[in-house]
Amino acid sequence: MRYVIQSIIGGEGLRRVKASFGAAIVAGLALALAACATTGTASAADDTGDTEDEEPKFAAMAESDGPFPSTYKPYPGVATALVGATVYDGKGGRIDNGTVLFRDGKVVNAGDASLSTEGYTVIDARGKFVTPGIIDIHSHLGDYPTPSVAAHSDGNEATAPTTPDVWAEHSVWPQDPGFSRALANGGITALQILPGSANLMGGRSVTLKNVYARTVQGMKFPGAPYGFKMACGENPKRVYGNRGRKPSTRMGNFAVNRQTWYDAIAYANMEEPRRDLGKETLKGVLEGKILVHNHCYRADEMALVMDMAKEIGYKVTAFHHAIEAYKIGDLLRENDVCAAIWADWYGFKMEAYDGILENAAFLQQADACVVIHSDDANDIQRLNQEAAKAQRAGLRLGIDIPDAVAIQWITLNPAKAMGIADQTGSLEAGKMADVVLWNGDPLSVYSKPEKVWIDGALMFDMMDRKRRPVSDFELGQPGEGDVK
Amino acid sequence: MKRFLTQITLGAASALALVAAPAAAQDFVIADATLVIGDGSEPIADGVVEVKNGQVVYAGSGDGRSFETDEVISVNDAYVTPGLFSTISTLGIWDVGAVSESNDQRAGGAPFSAALDVSEIINPRSQHVLVHRAAGITRASVTTLPGASIFAGQGAIIDLGADDEPVMRAKAFQMVDLSERGARIAGGSRAATYALFRSALREAAALGRGMPRTPEIGVGGEVLLSRFDAEALKPVVSGSQKLYVLVERASDIRSVLALKGEFAKLDMVLVGASEGWLVAKDIAAAGVPVIADGLDDLPETFQELASTQSNIGRMAAAGVQVAINASAMQNERRLTQYAGNLVALTKVPGASGLTWGKAFAAISSVPAAISGLDGKAGVLKPGAVGDLVIWDGDPLEVGSVPTQVFIAGVKQPLDSHQSRLRERFRDLDESDLPKVYDW
Repeated sequence: MRYVIQSIIGGEGLRRVKASFGAAIVAGLALALAACATTGTASAADDTGDTEDEEPKFAAMAESDGPFPSTYKPYPGVATALVGATVYDGKGGRIDNGTVLFRDGKVVNAGDASLSTEGYTVIDARGKFVTPGIIDIHSHLGDYPTPSVAAHSDGNEATAPTTPDVWAEHSVWPQDPGFSRALANGGITALQILPGSANLMGGRSVTLKNVYARTVQGMKFPGAPYGFKMACGENPKRVYGNRGRKPSTRMGNFAVNRQTWYDAIAYANMEEPRRDLGKETLKGVLEGKILVHNHCYRADEMALVMDMAKEIGYKVTAFHHAIEAYKIGDLLRENDVCAAIWADWYGFKMEAYDGILENAAFLQQADACVVIHSDDANDIQRLNQEAAKAQRAGLRLGIDIPDAVAIQWITLNPAKAMGIADQTGSLEAGKMADVVLWNGDPLSVYSKPEKVWIDGALMFDMMDRKRRPVSDFELGQPGEGDVK
Repeated sequence: MKRFLTQITLGAASALALVAAPAAAQDFVIADATLVIGDGSEPIADGVVEVKNGQVVYAGSGDGRSFETDEVISVNDAYVTPGLFSTISTLGIWDVGAVSESNDQRAGGAPFSAALDVSEIINPRSQHVLVHRAAGITRASVTTLPGASIFAGQGAIIDLGADDEPVMRAKAFQMVDLSERGARIAGGSRAATYALFRSALREAAALGRGMPRTPEIGVGGEVLLSRFDAEALKPVVSGSQKLYVLVERASDIRSVLALKGEFAKLDMVLVGASEGWLVAKDIAAAGVPVIADGLDDLPETFQELASTQSNIGRMAAAGVQVAINASAMQNERRLTQYAGNLVALTKVPGASGLTWGKAFAAISSVPAAISGLDGKAGVLKPGAVGDLVIWDGDPLEVGSVPTQVFIAGVKQPLDSHQSRLRERFRDLDESDLPKVYDW
């Protein structure tokens, strides 16, 4: 039971509590690891030793060489035709009595009943629904895995207010049982793992395919850009203010951010700077290669952040936990910034006091970009239900958001904001065959994923008890392989 | 003015339903309802509920019945249900979670535990009360949570009515944490928890005989049991006050059930019980009800390795009386969503869920019965409180909300801070004045 912590400060607080006892334990370790990183993986450039130019003897791979590359490989699948379903294509379209075709890991077509299924294994999907794989833009699976013990608390390097040098992938435990629940109950096929929000600059995120692997590299979404986690408001000023250091106020938050950016600009302008992990990430943001995901609740603060981004010359891709986004739907639309939000969280902290059920609907009405996110190992199992709640809150006010658009909030919109929309997020020809077959309307509480394909490979099947991942941790434990 | 009506004339009279809400309990009939009794049965078409003097006097089929009443509310096949009952609730004892001075959930720094009495600190004007009233919750069992010691204090049964008298029953139950967390509080081991628990109950029993022994039990300057706490545990030992026990692991559940061998009169309720399905037969045989976490399915701690969403369905199938724990969700208005998810499980091979009627009962009549209100709340039966909710859709479907809520026969306001924000920000037009003038 999670209530003991959650009922005080919500899911976000869960991590804060963990961090508070985790930080002291890991601080020494983190320093040791940082030392390794500066000397550890250098490779001998030239063993002969008799070159005459100024080639250094040792040189790490350049950032542009892409260290820690993805080793993800799609698993085999069969050419499949889903026939007769109601299809939501992820980009806002709906096809009744539709046919979805995929082979060799790619979507071939999604259309009406006239599509030929010759050469495909046909699945009768009448009475069922098909959507693209569900995508969660805000998860901490792997970084805050279950069991939620201090030894697993790897999501917040809460030892300095800016830690742009840390990468979330280096904390991911690929055996987190939570990945399997997200797959089987939520139809999650891709997710972004973000560092926590104790810091103004929390570090790089990583986007994963929701396919278990022995290594995090085996889960990394091929070609996905990195994200950069930033945080506004209460968390950074509380965490560092309580330690008697800057920032202890919102104005302190901005001061530290701006000076850090000025330093990053100076670094980015140097011809051959001494390598600096953190500034390499910030430079990547300035270049537009790394996407900013900014935890920010209050409307006024989001407006200030958008001006800071203009001042510095970077772009905010999405505000996460944007509880008050509905107050500035116009500004978000004009600045082309998505709001990644919950459907019904509110009240767990001061900056969440103005949470309302109509947030998503008001944003949609303002023609701003809506993403429904989880930030939670439980809610990630029901993003479809969260989207439905937000949709129906709008309907009560006469804001009629089509079902297919509500599905877009958890498919194509997060894919866009994560920079992977060219590869997934909709059922368009040539995209990854990340597909969920639901046993009923996915916007109903009574429906569940029946089958989930990732790159055309069947990774979950409700009807086959063995087609369900069981993490190393759960082997030989009570409930191994249970329906969960 | 009383009007004599028959079922045939109800339709014509229904326009009267639009008049303003009565300030006090009024006699009324709700007709043309998809009626949910709340006792585990499936909904009834063309149902009728009659409320008199704040109580239900009839609920069932409307066929051929006639009623003498003040007002007829014809709902055009809308779902009409008993008010939801939220159990292990914290409504009315906090404003903002992380604003500690507004949050009375946990008295971690107090030298008291079992003696804490939540009934004195309920704020019926709390926004959470308003928000959850508008979500169809009409009654709740509210409790402080374990802080300085394993005992959480004495919980109360409240109603969520818009008046200044929220407490329906004070000191309705005591709660104790015999889980992993309780063991940390007690000194670092489950063994310490049981020793502390036993000592506390023996001390209470001795006090009952007028022979106090220990002035207090403490560790490292912290008081784990004061004389006043032991005093407060007297009704627990005598069985006149229920004891809610926070417990998760299967082996711990067995140990808790075994305590009845030592303290025969304990009237226990298990709370959490994530591994309850592994020992469901033992729980059923002991006749101990469970307030279970609805959808927990992760090994969040080592005491929940076997957790599964099928836990409630499996326990219910074994004959255990199971309610859904309102504290094991993001906010208590998710009770209906959790119940709906249990219905969805009935279509999953290998899983266990609940029928629609049983799922609804798990958030209405069952938690009410566990709270000592069997037949009195969470159910539409003659003699029950007149708590009714009229819904805009299937109440267990996500996104459905009440259109009208009655508590003890009184029609309730459904506004809150949230509804006011909603109205203010329907548009972003500030062409004449800033938004702050829009109220």
